[in-house]
Amino acid sequence: MKNSFLEISGLNKSFDGVKALADFSCSLEQGKIIGLIGPNGAGKTTLFNVITGFIPAESGRISFQGIELHKKPAYKIANLGIARTFQDLRLIYQISVLENVLLSFRNQPGEKLSNIFFKPKVSSKHETNNKKSAVSMLEEAGLGDKLNDSASELSYGQQKLLSIVCCLASGADLLLLDEPVAGIAPAMIEKILSIISDLPKQGKTVIIIEHNMDAVTQVCNRVIFMDAGAKISEGTPDEVRKDPKVIEAYLD
Amino acid sequence: MEYLLHVLIMICIYAILAQSLNLVIGYTGLLSIAHAAFYGIGAYSAAIMSLKLETPFLLNLVCAGGISSLAGALIGFPSLRVKGDYFVIVTFGFQVIVFGILNNWFFFTGGPMGLPGIPQPVIFGWHISSHIEFLTLAGVLASVVFLISHRIIKSPFGRILQAIREDEVFALAAGKNIAAYKVSVFMVSSAMAAIAGVIYAHYISFVDPTSFTVMESIFIISIVIIGGAGSLWGPVIGAIVLVTLPELLRFIGLPSSIAANIRQILYGGLLVAFMMWRPQGLVGKFRFRLENAKK
Repeated sequence: MKNSFLEISGLNKSFDGVKALADFSCSLEQGKIIGLIGPNGAGKTTLFNVITGFIPAESGRISFQGIELHKKPAYKIANLGIARTFQDLRLIYQISVLENVLLSFRNQPGEKLSNIFFKPKVSSKHETNNKKSAVSMLEEAGLGDKLNDSASELSYGQQKLLSIVCCLASGADLLLLDEPVAGIAPAMIEKILSIISDLPKQGKTVIIIEHNMDAVTQVCNRVIFMDAGAKISEGTPDEVRKDPKVIEAYLD
Repeated sequence: MEYLLHVLIMICIYAILAQSLNLVIGYTGLLSIAHAAFYGIGAYSAAIMSLKLETPFLLNLVCAGGISSLAGALIGFPSLRVKGDYFVIVTFGFQVIVFGILNNWFFFTGGPMGLPGIPQPVIFGWHISSHIEFLTLAGVLASVVFLISHRIIKSPFGRILQAIREDEVFALAAGKNIAAYKVSVFMVSSAMAAIAGVIYAHYISFVDPTSFTVMESIFIISIVIIGGAGSLWGPVIGAIVLVTLPELLRFIGLPSSIAANIRQILYGGLLVAFMMWRPQGLVGKFRFRLENAKK
């Protein structure tokens, strides 16, 4: 059942009469990197918000690994194995880099009050293990010397990198990355793209929203072009780039 | 000597109140002005139980904590629906309701006259009567509250509270059921405030509604903010400073009628000054409300 990894059909959502999603459908295979491109206001971020349960769709259905996501609260959807980053880059800035990653692990025993007091050993053992894997993830990402800095002390590029490390720590199978390389230095772009392109090897599926077409061409297996809330074109990066409907939409 | 011990006992009581409120305000970022209500629920539960049912101190302590945490859950739920300033108004409403009940339900609370003659506690045969014994009791309970807060804050649970304080959207996207966390932290905090109330009731041996007004809530908030919201030692330092300060005024030789007014002005002035120039308080790191937005 490879095709049923993520099935989206007939999504509709409008804000004050403006269509953000117009009968949007698509189907994703596991282990692929999909680029979601399109002009500003095409509904790309809205699609992310609907998938992750932050905004309810007016109609349509989404199923993730065979589970219907409709009307599920955002935190439950996250716990099913969907992680995301935000266009306006969200992190917890007043706690350390390491703590941001620790926060992102799912289902920790120490997150329950009763466990802290009645099963302290289980909680602290779990925490120690999480700490080890968090440190190694951060070292691998090149943030090993920033562990105890507060997240606000990182550069913008490092913060974007950290937000991706947080998604990895969640153990999610589907990662939704909203503009992961926008506005950062070329060296950091390379770093982040190499991390992203390694993800399918770990069985992870990625959707990235990105305006940087070079980056999209470099890492994406498939590209979906959106305009006015609808899917205009889908295919390999080259196919989409040459699609006359896409060229027309960009010229408009 | 007894006077000094009395001040120390009051410091312990306020340290418990501030420590528990700090979990809600300092760590979770929910500004509640209903803390005196939970303090009052604890004190009245202990008073009513020991006067009408003649229950022992430890049972009063457990029951008062339980009753108060249920009341805390009641106010935790609206916190899921309303945010920021509106939540403050909800807590204010709760505070007013509790005061109204204490002041008017004569059969249970004695109304404005309060409940006198609350017996001194006996714990496993240890009769607590002198100031030094009360200080030991209050000190032990304050330490327990401190240690519980410490463990909560240093745990993954505490980390989630801090995430909620700064960015609920991030916490949701990380799979945290923030509604459950808010309600639980309110329940724990309210139970702790009740502990302070129980000590107070048995120590003073008299409760009346004027001890649990909104002014009292604001006093507890001042302790948290001036000590340092979002730090473990902040509420302790704050309680020491704010309980001792007005006592020092006595030694300047002001007549007591003026001293009482000066006290209120002093608290108000300090609160404004700290909010403007040192929002993180004496020992805190977290700048209360000021920098909740991105850096």
